[in-house]
Amino acid sequence: MRDMWSAIPVRGRVMLLALIALLLAAPLALDRYFISVFVLIFYFAFVGQAWNIMMGFAGQLSLGHALYAGVGGYVAALLWFYFGIGPWVGVFAGVAIAAVFGAMIGWLGFRFGIEGVYFALLTIAFAEFTRIAFDNMAFTGGAGGLFLLYDPHRTHEWWNLRGGPLLFYYLGFALAASAAVLTAWLARSRIGYQWIAVREDQEAALSLGVDVFRAKMIAVLISSSMTAVGGVLLTFYYNNLFPGQAFDIGRSIEIILAPIIGGLGTIFGPIVGAFILTPLGEGLIALTAKFGIDVPGTKAVFYGLTLMVIISLRPDGVWPWLKRLLGLTETKS
Amino acid sequence: MKRKSQSKTARLTRRTFTIGLGAAGFVAGTAPFNIARAQGAALKIAVVLPRSGYLAPAGQSCHRGALVAPKVLSDYGYKVELVHIDCESNADVARTQTERAINDGAQIIVGAFDSASTLAMAQVCEQRKVPLVVNIGAAPQLTEQGYKFLVRNFPTGGMLVDNGLRLIKNLLDVTKLDAKTAVFLHANDTFGTAQRAAMDRLFPNAGLPFRLLESIAYDPKAQDLSVEVTKVRALNPDLLLVVTRAADAIKLVRDMVRQRFEPKGIISPGSPGLYDEEFYQGLGPLSDYAIYNIPWANPKAQMTQALEAAFKSENPKFRFPVECFNVGFTFEALLVAAAAHKRAGSTDGTELMKAIRETNITDHVIIGPAIKFDEKGQNIGIPSAAVQNRDRTPTVTLPAEVATAAPVLPMPGWQKRT
Amino acid sequence: MNLAIVLNVVIQGVLTGLVYGLMALGLSVIFGVVRVVNFAHGEFAVVAMYAAYLLFVTLGLDPLISLFPIAAAFFLVGFLLQASLVNRFVGRSEHEQFILLVGLAIIIVNGLLMIFGPDARPTNLPYSFDSYLLGPLFIDKARVYAAIGALVVSAALFAFFRYTTIGTAIRACADNLTGAAVVGLNVKRLYALTFGLGLACVGAAGALMVTIADASPLLAQAFTLLAFTIVIIGGLGSMTGALVAGILIGVSEALASFFLAPSMKSMFSFALLVAVLVLRPQGLMGRRV
Repeated sequence: MRDMWSAIPVRGRVMLLALIALLLAAPLALDRYFISVFVLIFYFAFVGQAWNIMMGFAGQLSLGHALYAGVGGYVAALLWFYFGIGPWVGVFAGVAIAAVFGAMIGWLGFRFGIEGVYFALLTIAFAEFTRIAFDNMAFTGGAGGLFLLYDPHRTHEWWNLRGGPLLFYYLGFALAASAAVLTAWLARSRIGYQWIAVREDQEAALSLGVDVFRAKMIAVLISSSMTAVGGVLLTFYYNNLFPGQAFDIGRSIEIILAPIIGGLGTIFGPIVGAFILTPLGEGLIALTAKFGIDVPGTKAVFYGLTLMVIISLRPDGVWPWLKRLLGLTETKS
Repeated sequence: MKRKSQSKTARLTRRTFTIGLGAAGFVAGTAPFNIARAQGAALKIAVVLPRSGYLAPAGQSCHRGALVAPKVLSDYGYKVELVHIDCESNADVARTQTERAINDGAQIIVGAFDSASTLAMAQVCEQRKVPLVVNIGAAPQLTEQGYKFLVRNFPTGGMLVDNGLRLIKNLLDVTKLDAKTAVFLHANDTFGTAQRAAMDRLFPNAGLPFRLLESIAYDPKAQDLSVEVTKVRALNPDLLLVVTRAADAIKLVRDMVRQRFEPKGIISPGSPGLYDEEFYQGLGPLSDYAIYNIPWANPKAQMTQALEAAFKSENPKFRFPVECFNVGFTFEALLVAAAAHKRAGSTDGTELMKAIRETNITDHVIIGPAIKFDEKGQNIGIPSAAVQNRDRTPTVTLPAEVATAAPVLPMPGWQKRT
Repeated sequence: MNLAIVLNVVIQGVLTGLVYGLMALGLSVIFGVVRVVNFAHGEFAVVAMYAAYLLFVTLGLDPLISLFPIAAAFFLVGFLLQASLVNRFVGRSEHEQFILLVGLAIIIVNGLLMIFGPDARPTNLPYSFDSYLLGPLFIDKARVYAAIGALVVSAALFAFFRYTTIGTAIRACADNLTGAAVVGLNVKRLYALTFGLGLACVGAAGALMVTIADASPLLAQAFTLLAFTIVIIGGLGSMTGALVAGILIGVSEALASFFLAPSMKSMFSFALLVAVLVLRPQGLMGRRV
C-alpha cells in the first residue's frame, strides 16, 4: 500500500487528497440533484473500473457486462423480495452467481481460443440470452418487472440499503475509491504484470511460462464480481428491475464508455471518464433547454458527436493527456 | 462545489405557454422558489415523458397533450406553468431530471408512461414530498409498493382486462355474434405480461361463451410475425384477442391478410397498437373493424370537446380521435394537479398531496364517473369503452350512453374492404 | 403435425433470411477485408429504409427499383466515409473503432428521430398484401420479390469479386495485406472501395427491407446484432456463408418460434452463435485461419 502511495508524484498526492476531501465534503454544499448525478458518476466509475480490469489490463473485450450487473441485482433483489435477506448478505450471493456466469464465459472463450470481436460477440450473446430468459421467468417477475416495496417505516435501514441519496452517495464513493485502490494494487502485483503480458502478446507470455488461461480467468472473475456489486447498489437505489433494461446491450455500452474515454489500462481512466461523460449528458440536457431546442434527440446527437471527437483526438483516453497536462507523469515505471 | 445563483430565462416556443428553465451549462443551481406564494399564482408542474428512445411514439403523443393543456385549463379557471422534460426512456435520466425539476421549483410531477422511469421518479417524489401524478402506466405494482406521494389516474392491467372482458361479453350480446373459440396473442413486454397475468386470472371466471384455445407470447423486438400468425391460423379461432403495440399490430394484420386468415373479430382487451396513426396509414381500409376495449375520451363531454378544439388548432397534422387516449390522460393528470392546487390553496407538497387524495372531479375528459383515488392512490373507477375502427377513425361503440355508432361484428372479409 | 404449415413456416423463413443475409453480406465484406468493427451497420440499413420510403412517397418508386440508386449513393458515402474518417481507425484497437462507430450510430438514430419523428413509416406497395397460393402454402409476394432482389444483388457482388481485377485485388488484401502492398496494390484506395461496396449492400438490403418492414429508428440496434450474428455463423470472409447463415437464422428462428414459444425465438439464434463460436469459430463456411 505504501509502495503505491510513494509511486505517485508529490503533486499527484496533493491533488488526490484534495479530490478525496472535496468529494467527501461535497454533499454539504450540493443539492439533491447534484448528489443524484454523483451517484451515477460513482456507479459508472466503479463498474467502469471493473470492466477496465478485464479489458484495459487483461485485454479481453466484453460487450455484455450488463449481464453481471443484472444478475447481481436480481439475485440480491430476489433474496430481499422473497426472504427478506438484506443486500449486505445478498450481495455475496449475487457476486457468486455473476462470477459463475463470468467463469462460464471465460471458460468457453479462453478454452476455445475465442478472441477479440468474437469474444465480444460471445459476451453479447450471453447477455441477450439471459435477458430473454429473465423476460420469460415468472418468479423473477418476467418482463413485467420485479418491484421492491417501499416501506416508510424502514427508510433508515442503511444496512438494507434503504435510505436517502446521501447513503448512496457515500456508498458509491466508497465503491469507486476501493475499486481504484484495488486496481492499483492489482496492477503492481504479479497478476497485474501477467495481464499486461497477455494483453500485449499472448503467445510470448505463454512461451515465458505465464499461465495465460488462469490469468484471463482471474480477470473475468474479478471483473464480473465487481460489476455485480455495482448492480446490487443500483437495484436498491431504484427499487425495481426489468430484464429489458437491466440486461440491455445499451447498458453494456454505457458501462464501457467511461473507461475507454477516460483511458484504458490506467487507474484513474474510468474515474475521469465517468466524471466527463455523466455530467456531459446532464449538461447537454441543460444546454439544449437553455437554447430552447425542444426537438427530442438533439442531446443524443451532440453526445454521439462528442464521443467521436474525443476518440479521434485522444484515442488513448483523456486521462493520459490530462496527466501530462497536470505534470503528473511519473518518471519511474 | 459552489452553487452559483442563476437567472431563469423565459423561453417561449411558438406554440406554448410553458416557461422553460435554462441553466448555464452544467452549473444548474437553483434560485429558491418562493413557496409562500399567495393563492392565485400558477402551479408549477414538471411533465416527464419519454420523447426519445424506444418509447418515443407514445411519449411524443402525450407531450402534444401536455402542450395544449395550460390553455384549456386556464379556460376552466386553473393556472399552470409547465416544464417539459424528456426522460429518454431511461430511468437514470428520469431520476436526475426530476431532482433538478424539483430544485427549479416544480411543485407537482406528472409522468412517465414507462414504469421504470415512473418508479425512479417515485423514489425522488417520496423522499422530497412532492406529489407524483401518473398519467399513464398499467403495471399493477405502481400503487402497491407503498408510496404515499403517488397517485395514478389510469387503470391497472387487471382493471383493463376485467373491464375488457366484460365489454367483450356486451359486444357479443349486442352484435349477436356466435363465437366459440379464441386465441390470445400478446407482446412479451412489461405491459403485455401484465395483461397476460390478468387474463390468466380473470378469463376462467368471466363467463364468456367462447373457449380460450391458447395464449401466445411473442417477442416485441421481432421484425417478423408471420410465424405467429401461422400458429394462430393453425388454431383457426373465431376471435383473436391481442395485446400489441403499433408496429406489431400492423405486422399482424398484414400477415393475416397475406395468409388469408380472417377471424370474426380482432379485439384487444386493453392495449395500444390498433389505433396508432401508423396502423391506419399502413393498412388503410384493412385497419377497420378492429376493436379495442380501453378507457377513451368521452366524445360527449364538454371538456373533451374543448380539449379537442385546442388540440386541433395546435396540431393540424395530428388527429385528435387517434391521439385522444394519450392526450386525454395526460390532460387529466394535469387537471388533477391543478384542481388539487386550487383546493389546497398552497404549494406545500404535503398539503397538495392531501388535496390530491381528496380529488373528486365529475367533469373530465375520459369516460366514467368522477376522478377519485382510493387509499393506495389508485383510481379504481375508470371504465373501458369498446372502441372500433371505422373509416380509419376510432369510434366509441359501447357503452351506449357515450357511443357514436353501433359495433359491427363479424368483421367484413379482407378482400371486401374498400 | 401439419406438414404444410411447417413447410410454409420454413419457406417464409428462407425468404426473409435472404434479405437479412444481404445485409450481413455488407458487413462480411467490411469486416472481412477492412477489419473494421462496423457497429453502425444496422443504423445504415435503417437510413436506407428511410431513403427507399422517401423515394416511394415522393416519386412513387418501387423499392425494387430504387434500391439501385440507393446502393449507388451508399457506395459513394461508404467510399468517402472510409477515406476520410474510418481509415484513421483501421488497424487501431477494436474498442476505439467501437466507440467511433457507436458515436456515429447514436447520431444516426437520433438524427432520424429528429427528422422523421418516432412513428414508424409504412411503405404501402400495391403488392404489400398479396400472397401466392401454392396448394396449401401461402407465400408473401413482397417477401418473394425482396428475396429475388437480395439474390440478384448478391450475385452481382459475387461476380464482381470473382471476375474483375479490382475484385481480385480486394480479395488479395483480405488474404494477405503485406503481400498485397508488396505487389503494389493501392491498399487505401481498395479499402475505400470495399467499404463503399459493403455499404452499397447495406443500402440495397435496407431498400428491400421496406417491402417487409416499416422504417423506424428503433430497428437499428437489432439489425446490427443480427448482421454480426449472421456473419460469425456464416464465417468471416465467406460471402456464400453470409447468405447461408442468413437463411439458417431466418429458418431456425421461424421454427423455434413455431415449435417453442415465439417470445424466445432470439434465444435460439444466440445459442447457435455461441455454439458456432465455441465449436467452429471460422463459421460454417469460413476458411480456417
